[in-house]
Amino acid sequence: MEFETVIGLEVHVELKTDSKIFSASPNHFGAEPNTNTTVVDLGYPGVLPVVNKKAVEYGMKASMALNCEIAPVTKFDRKNYFYPDNPKAYQISQFDKPVGEHGWIEIEVDGYKKKIGITRIHLEEDAGKLTHGKGYSLVDYNRQGTPLIEIVSEPDIRTPNEAYAYLEKLKSIVQYTGVSDCKMEEGSLRCDANISLRPVGQEEFGTKTELKNLNSFNFVRKGLEYEEKRQAEVLREGGVIEQETRRFDEATGKTLLMRVKEGSDDYRYFPEPDLLDIVIDEDWKARIRAEIPELPDARKTRYIDTFGLPAYDAGVLTVTKETADFFEATVAAGAEPKQASNWIMGEVSAYLNAEGLELHETKLTAEGLAGMIALIEDGTISSKIAKTVFKELIENGGEAKKIVEDKGLVQISDESALLAIVTEILDNNPQSIDDFKNGKKKAVGFLVGQMMKATKGQANPQIVNKLLMQEIQKR
Amino acid sequence: MSLFDHKVAELHELLHKKEISATDLVDASYKRIAEVDDKVKAFLTLDEEHARQVAKEIDGKLGRDEQKGQLFGMPIGVKDNLVTKGLRTTCASQILDNFDPIYDATVVSKLKEAETIKIGKLNMDEFAMGSSNENSSYRATRNPWNIETVPGGSSGGSAAAVAAGEVLFSLGSDTGGSIRQPASFCGVVGLKPTYGRVSRFGLVAFASSLDQVGPITRTVEDNAYLLQAISGVDPMDSTSANVSVPNFAEGLTGDVKGLKIAVPKEYLGEGVQEDVKQSVLASLKVLEKLGATWEEVSLPHSKYALAAYYLLSSSEASANLARFDGVRYGYRTENPENLIDLYKKSRSEGFGDEVKRRIMLGTFALSSGYYDAYYKKAQKVRTLIKQDFENVFEKYDVIIGPTTPTPAFKIGEKTKDPLTMYANDILTIPVNLAGVPGISVPCGFSEGLPLGLQIIGKHFDESTVYRVAHAFEQATDFHKQKPEL
Repeated sequence: MEFETVIGLEVHVELKTDSKIFSASPNHFGAEPNTNTTVVDLGYPGVLPVVNKKAVEYGMKASMALNCEIAPVTKFDRKNYFYPDNPKAYQISQFDKPVGEHGWIEIEVDGYKKKIGITRIHLEEDAGKLTHGKGYSLVDYNRQGTPLIEIVSEPDIRTPNEAYAYLEKLKSIVQYTGVSDCKMEEGSLRCDANISLRPVGQEEFGTKTELKNLNSFNFVRKGLEYEEKRQAEVLREGGVIEQETRRFDEATGKTLLMRVKEGSDDYRYFPEPDLLDIVIDEDWKARIRAEIPELPDARKTRYIDTFGLPAYDAGVLTVTKETADFFEATVAAGAEPKQASNWIMGEVSAYLNAEGLELHETKLTAEGLAGMIALIEDGTISSKIAKTVFKELIENGGEAKKIVEDKGLVQISDESALLAIVTEILDNNPQSIDDFKNGKKKAVGFLVGQMMKATKGQANPQIVNKLLMQEIQKR
Repeated sequence: MSLFDHKVAELHELLHKKEISATDLVDASYKRIAEVDDKVKAFLTLDEEHARQVAKEIDGKLGRDEQKGQLFGMPIGVKDNLVTKGLRTTCASQILDNFDPIYDATVVSKLKEAETIKIGKLNMDEFAMGSSNENSSYRATRNPWNIETVPGGSSGGSAAAVAAGEVLFSLGSDTGGSIRQPASFCGVVGLKPTYGRVSRFGLVAFASSLDQVGPITRTVEDNAYLLQAISGVDPMDSTSANVSVPNFAEGLTGDVKGLKIAVPKEYLGEGVQEDVKQSVLASLKVLEKLGATWEEVSLPHSKYALAAYYLLSSSEASANLARFDGVRYGYRTENPENLIDLYKKSRSEGFGDEVKRRIMLGTFALSSGYYDAYYKKAQKVRTLIKQDFENVFEKYDVIIGPTTPTPAFKIGEKTKDPLTMYANDILTIPVNLAGVPGISVPCGFSEGLPLGLQIIGKHFDESTVYRVAHAFEQATDFHKQKPEL
């Protein structure tokens, strides 16, 4: 029997407001345990939440960027459950009036484009963090009250690859709006996946399982691939899929049973009486909408249309706003767009990957890169020399022209100066001349290498080639 | 004569003339507590050492010809569900027996700013759930008028302490009548302000949408001064209202000419004791003599108020009290087997029966499948009750009725039947559901026990409530009577 896979994703994104969603505590990652807390975060008797307006606006901004309708009136509700990381034993969340609803994003995967629906986006507070030891558990409430948005997709996703593409696109758009870093490794983006199978042609959904502990987009894909196969096997053998929560095991790539869900959890939601409803009028919406920058899809189109970039380049450059902004700044500083694109997608990206850095963590400036590209274009330096200059630019910063001058890296294109060296090298390597004349074309390579060695790589390669050929013929 | 037989304004003058000192007032308070609190049992925790130190500092602050605030140097008692930094705050519950707060409630900070002196923390029904103070997990406060009877609740300690002359005045909290009912039982003046008039930050929540902190005093004028000190919008409480705070004492002119009073027939109907009815009718005559007129009206949804109240307040309480889980503060059971066991045992051992009853009721009302039938329906009833009041207030300035259907009852009389206990709040609860202000002022006696007249006003119109209460008080001498202890 052939099955169709149905996937829905729930993504939690931390909003990088200065303070927490319901208290004045700082909202920063990485502080000493329990230092970013007030009595409000600790759920002390008598405390009350006060909504951080910025968090609401960030929620609105993300919702708008993800094509959601914004609620005219939004409100908070209490979600009741006991757990030591949840100090009030209820989480302030949104139940029936989320800030955003009915959104979508477009993904491109395996050569086709597809819209994935977004059911809802709601605001809520994050919980604390537990650490378990032998016979004890520790709880750190620094994260308690961090503003979150939960983005719930429609069950529109049909393959693990689509899930991956959805997450990439979601992350890209949300990062563009500036409301979150979306760093999975720091927990500022988290994803749970629901997956079920149904016979092709059947309308009704099959029983779903929920996957947790998906700590990278790649693990989301792997977990879904495994689960897709596992469910198909169970069904083919006549088995039944249980509604259960499964944990993805990174070591084995398998999903393991955490717990079987019996009925749905009863969180006893009710309106949060300590907070007032929030009315969102057209003016407020317009103000927030005006703060949303040009988003990746629009930028991609513009790069193709105005810079003449290939679609592939335009796509890669616009994944993060930081890269796209850097690219545009480089072009603005005078670089030819395709050259700028090549360097950013090539050397820059390779360096960042190798060093595990982000662009702003290096010394490279758009002016520096544009200056270097200009020096290549006008023949001052060779592409080979450029790599040395680039390394200097990205590690220590500065101006390309000055680096080239200070380090004496200017390309030697003076024919008479090069001819003297060519003559000397040919004199010292008669064997290579013989080899070449006997048809061993590779011998030239050796001679070029000798030239570069003698000139510390500064010889203009085209002129060296020309002179070598010319002088060999004379002998 | 006790110093506390003086009004705030008189004490203010005596202090400024240096005829008395803040230390004298504090002495008077602790002396009286030492004399009578064994009987009254109003205080749970005293702050004597600190209070004396503050009094000394305050006495040093008053320079020659200097004018201090109205409440400067006045000793006050605080209900034990208002958190006080460094001073044990129990809510009269074993689950908070060892709880020393690390912050002050906004009203407590305001009292500090007003340079009042905190004498101690006052007994109450556990987590403010109760109408007799018998639900205190420590001891039941007694009614100073007859120590065999209850002082009312849940602010029973706050009302009894004022009636017994242990403090000049006190703060209570009122969710369904918890200030007005004990004020009525103890023959003192108690006001529940408009919801949003006073910050709830630092008031340990029972039912967030109903709770209000309010003053309990001997006179209406003192009540106005105390409300003045604690009112106002608070950035820490989103439900505190950003409305101007009038000068409450300024409006106490004694003039009620032309005032239109509404008397709901439901408030003088079945279940209201005959002499209570008679005292209300006599009170109306007093106001008529002063130039007011009254008519009978109807608040047709009043009969649903009690049911709606118990569903809503218990639902909110079930969430508000969930934080007492033995993890971060308060009581924790010994040697739990696991996390669930820790929760179950800490809460089962830490909470009293009434609190558990309400948590269970609220949890049930919010459960999926029952939410619409209970919580949601109760919210609808609440809207209707609010509309009842709005309709009446279109034509009338105040609503008047009894505060309670009966005077104080005997200790133990109603503890076996929670429903008859709940019914005692039938006349005060609608006021909380509507969010409007209500006061109880002494209006007579029934077999030696005080009765209270309830005056209910429009949203944020405490000024009119006070004006009427004050005019009535000045025309009568019920408030001058004192219990023999």
